[in-house]
Amino acid sequence: MTTTSESESRRIVENAGIPVSRWRIASTPDEALNAAREIGFPSALKLNGSSIAHKTEQGFVKLNLKTEPDFLNAAKELLENEIDDSNLLVTEMLSGSREVIAGMVRDPQFGPCVMFGFGGILTEAIADVEFRLAPITSYDARDLISSLRTTGLLKEFRGEKALDIDATIDLLLKLGELAEDEQILSIDLNPLIIVDGSPIAADALVELKEETV
Amino acid sequence: MNADLKHLFDPKGVIVTGVSSHPGKFGSIALHNILSCGYEGRVFAFGREEATILGQKVITSFDSVPSNEADLMILCTPVEVNEELVRRASEKGVKAIFCAAGGYSETDEAGLIAEKRLVALAAELDLVLAGPNGQGIVSPHANLCAQIVAPYAPKGRIAVVSQSGNFVSSFLNYANQTGIGISRSISAGNAAATEIVDFLEWFAVDPATDVALCYLEGLEKGRDFFERVKEITKEMPVVLVKGGTTAGGQRAAASHTGSLASDSKIFEGMARQAGITRAPDIESAFEIAATFATQPLPNGPRVLVLTTAGGWGVVTADAISQSSELVLTPLPNDLKETINKLLPPRWSKNNPIDLAGGETRDTIPELLSVASKHPEIDSIIQLGLGIQGNTADLVRTGKFYPEHGLERIVDFHERQEKRYAEASVESSLASGKPILVASELATTQPDNPMVRNIRDSNRLCYASANRAVSALNHLVRYSSWRNQSD
Repeated sequence: MTTTSESESRRIVENAGIPVSRWRIASTPDEALNAAREIGFPSALKLNGSSIAHKTEQGFVKLNLKTEPDFLNAAKELLENEIDDSNLLVTEMLSGSREVIAGMVRDPQFGPCVMFGFGGILTEAIADVEFRLAPITSYDARDLISSLRTTGLLKEFRGEKALDIDATIDLLLKLGELAEDEQILSIDLNPLIIVDGSPIAADALVELKEETV
Repeated sequence: MNADLKHLFDPKGVIVTGVSSHPGKFGSIALHNILSCGYEGRVFAFGREEATILGQKVITSFDSVPSNEADLMILCTPVEVNEELVRRASEKGVKAIFCAAGGYSETDEAGLIAEKRLVALAAELDLVLAGPNGQGIVSPHANLCAQIVAPYAPKGRIAVVSQSGNFVSSFLNYANQTGIGISRSISAGNAAATEIVDFLEWFAVDPATDVALCYLEGLEKGRDFFERVKEITKEMPVVLVKGGTTAGGQRAAASHTGSLASDSKIFEGMARQAGITRAPDIESAFEIAATFATQPLPNGPRVLVLTTAGGWGVVTADAISQSSELVLTPLPNDLKETINKLLPPRWSKNNPIDLAGGETRDTIPELLSVASKHPEIDSIIQLGLGIQGNTADLVRTGKFYPEHGLERIVDFHERQEKRYAEASVESSLASGKPILVASELATTQPDNPMVRNIRDSNRLCYASANRAVSALNHLVRYSSWRNQSD
């Protein structure tokens, strides 16, 4: 089992039609800065590599960088970690106050399952997530979303639009389709930020069966 | 697997092994239950010693069994002799074996090996094998009570399969209490050859069965179960109680999705997706299955509450609002106008329809009839019945009865209760919509004429409005699952 880098994970889910935050890869702080100028500030910077799975815990993520000097300092700092085969991932900072989580996992009894639930830092404490067996229909996806206990939090909220149910169903159907690829063991989209109603992945982690070339 | 389980549930003749002069032995109990519950096919008692037990001649050799007279054998004999008995029975035309005997995989390694041999032998001889280590078969439509424990059950439309034999008894006890009967029931035991889902598949095509009621513990082929059950639920509702957890195992561990994927979470999602109706406990499972068996399926979520008075309507409205599927529909204007003509002005003029004591002799039957036919109403919960019966009871047992004209008023009250109960069933049948009657009298005063009449019409009187709401909620969810468009 191999964890792929975030950039490779993003490529896999993006190719499947799942929306992810805008991103660029850079090898040097200057290249990263150019990418950030294209994407726009504030932006986020992450150390990117196949051996780096839990970036936040290791301090490999710098969020909400608002100015060019701050950005350059952060880029230099990250590269000082000198991790093999790593580079810099520049992403846009999505703006939205609510987060959801989605994913795919293979269960030894039931096979591939699609997951969706309430996200953010409280994900594991609240554990309001639901599973359905892949492939799923749009009826299954809609039922999954409406069976969450916290489904009320996905309605209109403090001036923000309600979660776009059709866009979410579409995303869950695509996760189900990705499960048809036996090489993919699991997918995490955590978090997905709700931007203007649409869920967009701010991070992606794909586990593959074996090293891909 | 699509073996014909007819030989288990509707056999033309039965052989019971392990019959002895000791009336407490499993074979003797099974024989007793078969003979005394009215089974009409041929019965053969097989034992080690010749004797006459319960008027039945015990045979000690299969030479005494005519060919093709018995198609089911109930094995109540020790592991060591069973393979031989199965071979001999097969030669005589037996098609199905229910192995009540224990000592198989539930015990030790040797038992596991014996079980595998028995399964292989049944496959070789092309026999249906149920059990081992099960309590038996109860099939009221065949007047068959082939089990080693109580009880028998009235005829009905619910088919039971359980991995715990004692829960078969529990479900059958509820059937006896409520009068909502059973079509087939089986204690699957170790389910070594015929699995829970095999029974469910057969129930789905069994003309005597409308709903399956299932207690499930272990599950070894989860995906296969899912793929098959979601086809079964297209034909009939499956009410399921799940005990314990399914066998888990290693999932991709580095992912959050994996760490959040508990066995119970995945089972829960699978069950919803497969259209299974999951019940939290045995009692409500029976009640939900009994509701499926006795009420029409609602076409939508809009509920009307009809109450003779007071707080009943309020708490029921609350329960409906908190339910996941039901909608307390606003009272349609045309219906409001119709009711205005039937009642004095103090009635609630909204849903719940609270009669506020304004009804006369014919109001409730008339109301039920017009409300149930209304196209914007999908189901009705009816409350506050039984009061008149309750009043009649107090008067009848009081010291003034039957003088002072009391006999006449008691008769009136009791007649009215009967009319209400009949009207609720008639309107439900005429409209094809569920009408659920709820009253605590169902348990506190089962002899109340309203309760008795509901029961006599083969429906449930729910012990509380909340229980009626909960059962109806399951019906609506299942109905919507069955009508899913994609």
